[in-house]
Amino acid sequence: MSRPPRQGGVGRLLLHALAYAVIVFLLLPTVLVAPMSVSPEKYLQFPPSGFSLRWYGEYFADREWVEATLFSAEAGIISAIGATIIGTMTALALVRGRIRGRAFVELLIIGPVVVPHIALAVAMFLVYEQLRLTGTLVGFAMAHIVLALPFAIFTILAALYRFDADLEMAALSCGASRVATFRHVTLPMIAPGVASAALFAFIISFDEAVVSFFISDLDRKTLPRKMFEDIDFDVSPVLAAVATMLSLLTIAVLVMGHFFKQMADRRAAPAAAGGKE
Amino acid sequence: MSARRPAAFFLGGRHLSEAASLALIVPFLVLLVVVFLLPLGTLLHESLLVPKPTLANYERVFGEPVYLRVMWRTARIAVYVTIVTLLLGYPLAYVMSRSSGLKLGLMAAAVLLPLWTSVLVRTYAWMVLLQRNGLVNEALTGIGFIDAPIRLLYTEGAVVLAMSHVLLPFMVLPVFSALKGIPEDYPRAALMLGASNWSTFREVIWPLSLPGVVSGCLMVFLLALGFFITPALIGGPQQMMIATLVSQQVREMLNWPFAGALVGVLLAFVLALTIAFNRFIRLERFVGTRS
Repeated sequence: MSRPPRQGGVGRLLLHALAYAVIVFLLLPTVLVAPMSVSPEKYLQFPPSGFSLRWYGEYFADREWVEATLFSAEAGIISAIGATIIGTMTALALVRGRIRGRAFVELLIIGPVVVPHIALAVAMFLVYEQLRLTGTLVGFAMAHIVLALPFAIFTILAALYRFDADLEMAALSCGASRVATFRHVTLPMIAPGVASAALFAFIISFDEAVVSFFISDLDRKTLPRKMFEDIDFDVSPVLAAVATMLSLLTIAVLVMGHFFKQMADRRAAPAAAGGKE
Repeated sequence: MSARRPAAFFLGGRHLSEAASLALIVPFLVLLVVVFLLPLGTLLHESLLVPKPTLANYERVFGEPVYLRVMWRTARIAVYVTIVTLLLGYPLAYVMSRSSGLKLGLMAAAVLLPLWTSVLVRTYAWMVLLQRNGLVNEALTGIGFIDAPIRLLYTEGAVVLAMSHVLLPFMVLPVFSALKGIPEDYPRAALMLGASNWSTFREVIWPLSLPGVVSGCLMVFLLALGFFITPALIGGPQQMMIATLVSQQVREMLNWPFAGALVGVLLAFVLALTIAFNRFIRLERFVGTRS
């Protein structure tokens, strides 16, 4: 890996300095909130004047926060299950199926990502009001499944492309049915991809703020909706505690996602030997 | 997407029948029709046909200076954010593309972590930092740059800063992926043949990374146009963008036809861009499962 002699010096150093500065810019705001959340004072300060879990205690003691969190968790779990099942079916149809109007289906898949969430949010609000779905678990689950599906489908598609379709052919030609082939060959092979799809669908639903802002009602709201209201009202230290816990949750999700990816890499290894990049 | 995958995946025998494919895709279609197309259609219907067919709502969007100002500000902020994220994102993506192992892993984590952290958490962090007695003001007075704390929140600069922070990963990932795809031999060959670092970048690396740049700019620009949470909290009513205007029309004015027209204008713009650049939108990059 000898680099040509011209490569180097000041330019390279500047470039790296800039890149690290950008990383600090990316991480710093959220990282600074964590120490502020353990400050005992009533207003946010940095550095914290001491260590106290007072604001965490207030969060857990507040019925509204806890209820909003549980509601978000419920919506998140249902959305994860829904998006994973529908996502797997759709991805299978796209890779192994014959679909008329494929271009339309593909446009529909990226639709919820490119259509601004504000547009979807008010549109859903309009229809949900008429159907009495605002503030209901069903309403949130349907909305969040739609928002999570693009990411779920793409994750599972990637898993399907990585896996050697010859294995399916082998099972089929040995007399296994399509369903048995899927259950015993395809599904175990793409399981890590499906698991990360579920994980990301959960976090998309759990963190979703814009649609939730509109389809919540007074007594049933998600955690992001509750946060939005509180931030607009007053930047209290309880919010710092909530923000810190949410950041930790994200770290947990990413670590798990990384673990699933490694599993996927190991499973795809034999296929990779067969000439893929 | 799939249409451009190697043909080997679509050889006969591996195919499901048309009926089976349809059965697999029906739940997706039903859900998207009911929760995506139908609501958007209903809203646009409100804007065009309620109570009778009219273009008055759209004329109002383009006819009144108040609304034109909001749309102009939205477009301007979206362009600024795209430029800022490109300027910050490209160097990071470049260094990432030339790193490997633990260093790359840590840098990738630093990009993915904010991407998946709640927008509210990141917006809240900026509000804390930019408050009158926040860290940024303290730091600026501390080094003597300003004498007294200044108002940072509710300014256009603050909105651009916070939105660039939130959207930066959407720029870094596609650019990284394009840069990673450039074989190391290409720039090396240029250098060997006597090109300077700068001309190697300009003649070889930059043109080859363009698909990633287009993809990143498109994602950031599209998302910035419709951004709601960050501008609503950081910009306040003073820096209203189109999403906040839509929200206000719906929640305070209960003017659905006009909100529908605003959404219609936004959608027309976004759809045109999406269809024109469809092939640059690759979602798998953002879930970290791309091989």
